[in-house]
Amino acid sequence: MPQAPTLSGREVVLGAMPQHPAVQAILNWNSAALDHAKFDFGELTFTIDPTQIRAACVAVKDAGYNFFEDMTAVDWFPASPRFQLSYHILSHAYKERIRLRVLLDEPSPHLDPSVDSITPVWPGANFYEREVFDLFGIHFAGHPDLRRILMPDDWKGYPLRKDYPVEGYR
Amino acid sequence: MIENPGAPVLELPVADSSDPRRMVLNMGPQHPATHGVLRLVVEIDGEVITSVRPEIGYLHTGIEKTCEAKFYQQVVPLTDRVNYLDPLSNNLCYCLAVEKLLDLEIPERAQWIRVLLTELSRLNSHLIWLGTHAMDIGALTVFLYTFREREEILRLFEAVAGQRMMTSYFRIGGLAMEPPLGFFDRVRAFMHILPEKIDEYSNLLTANPIFMNRLKGVGYLSAADAVALGVTGPPLRASGVDIDLRRDMPYSSYEKFQFNVPISTVGDTWARYEVRLVEMRESIKIIQQALDGMPSGPVKADAPKVVLPDREKMKTEMEALIHHFKIVTEGFDVPAGEVYQGIECGHGQMGYYVVSDGTAKPYRVHMRYPSFATLQALEVMCKGGLIADLVAVVGSIDIVLGEIDR
Repeated sequence: MPQAPTLSGREVVLGAMPQHPAVQAILNWNSAALDHAKFDFGELTFTIDPTQIRAACVAVKDAGYNFFEDMTAVDWFPASPRFQLSYHILSHAYKERIRLRVLLDEPSPHLDPSVDSITPVWPGANFYEREVFDLFGIHFAGHPDLRRILMPDDWKGYPLRKDYPVEGYR
Repeated sequence: MIENPGAPVLELPVADSSDPRRMVLNMGPQHPATHGVLRLVVEIDGEVITSVRPEIGYLHTGIEKTCEAKFYQQVVPLTDRVNYLDPLSNNLCYCLAVEKLLDLEIPERAQWIRVLLTELSRLNSHLIWLGTHAMDIGALTVFLYTFREREEILRLFEAVAGQRMMTSYFRIGGLAMEPPLGFFDRVRAFMHILPEKIDEYSNLLTANPIFMNRLKGVGYLSAADAVALGVTGPPLRASGVDIDLRRDMPYSSYEKFQFNVPISTVGDTWARYEVRLVEMRESIKIIQQALDGMPSGPVKADAPKVVLPDREKMKTEMEALIHHFKIVTEGFDVPAGEVYQGIECGHGQMGYYVVSDGTAKPYRVHMRYPSFATLQALEVMCKGGLIADLVAVVGSIDIVLGEIDR
């Protein structure tokens, strides 16, 4: 597969792809909320200010990125910020996908991080946010039904965190 | 140990004694028509459904966590076990994602064989859907017929991969090996008889008044709801949204094949049945094109540090032996980065999100499976309908609990 050149950095991407609909959507909405951008492996990624993710979703949705495809988290323990949320948004019109990222830190070792839920924008994010809550312990403010989804209701701990052993606690 | 700060637990809705018509019904997780271990908490008013809440997780095996402890090539057999009815699509999606990270060029022949086999795998998935869906409605004969044809597909998988269901035939960098002699002739012979068989199912069901009455006008899903709820694949196309990743964002040389994407604007259970039936015929067309135009050449990429060497070379050449030993014992490093690869599998859009930190084991593998999102639309489809139609609607979205719970 011949790949497009890698671009990394907010100004580099904004300078190289000014006509891209997603870039324009982010700039017209609130360019200050865009912390970082990159284009690698043929995929465009925007890192968004955690407090602005719902508004960012509204902005890209209005720009034609109409389909919420996938959302998950990555635990970069012990690095800081610890958690990364990746939202994959598909455009049925442009036949193209973008990734929105949010970097979150734990407020303190015994407190779970929290971020705005995007279910008001895409109701289809409901199960995905429940899954991230269940397996990573990230809370979603404004989620209609934030319960564990895959693990039993009375489970202790969050299995997909890196400090949770593969075989569980003994 | 991390303290769990009190996740809210499921509170079963309690029937209101002042309204004797309202009732809470627990369907599953051992109900035969839920295709595995799906539990539905259904509230009914008389015979009319007022709410449906899917409770899932009974088949959760933590595959995503297991992937983080394996080498990249060891993850391939795990992916089969997620959606066990469409095994080769799982293999393909994962391999494409890792190949994107590695920037590997896959030989044309390997790409075409991948297309041929994923289409066979789609047929396998659709045949099981058709058989079980018709059985849920009460048409038992179709089940026996579709499983007869599915048996032939499983024999083809066995011939090519040595395993009937957990194939793991696609490897990072190509295929495990060249298909056996006579394999393409067997596929061609099967593709010759399959259209007749599909006519046979169609004769049993399409004009069958009982089947029609059970499906037509049941489980309506509008295009706007389908898009908002993340529905993909045949249910989305049956609601009138014309999107198919094979045609719109082609991978593994799908752009070289001519096929139609069936859509319907009706959006009910019957439309989903019709769309899938046409899809089966389109898959046959794709397989025939793959057989007719099959390129020659190698089936593995030229990447000695990633792809295992041939046995013959491994036994005669020192360098090949070293590569073999290194790949088996310590894997291969994959450049750091994150990729998302989406493909169109039998149930809809599958996606693998692979994050690498530069080592030989994936840092994170996330699997997007279509049934997980489609299940969210169940309540929209069933609300206001009759309790007896619930089984028809569950059958029409074609769920596999292995891919929902992972």
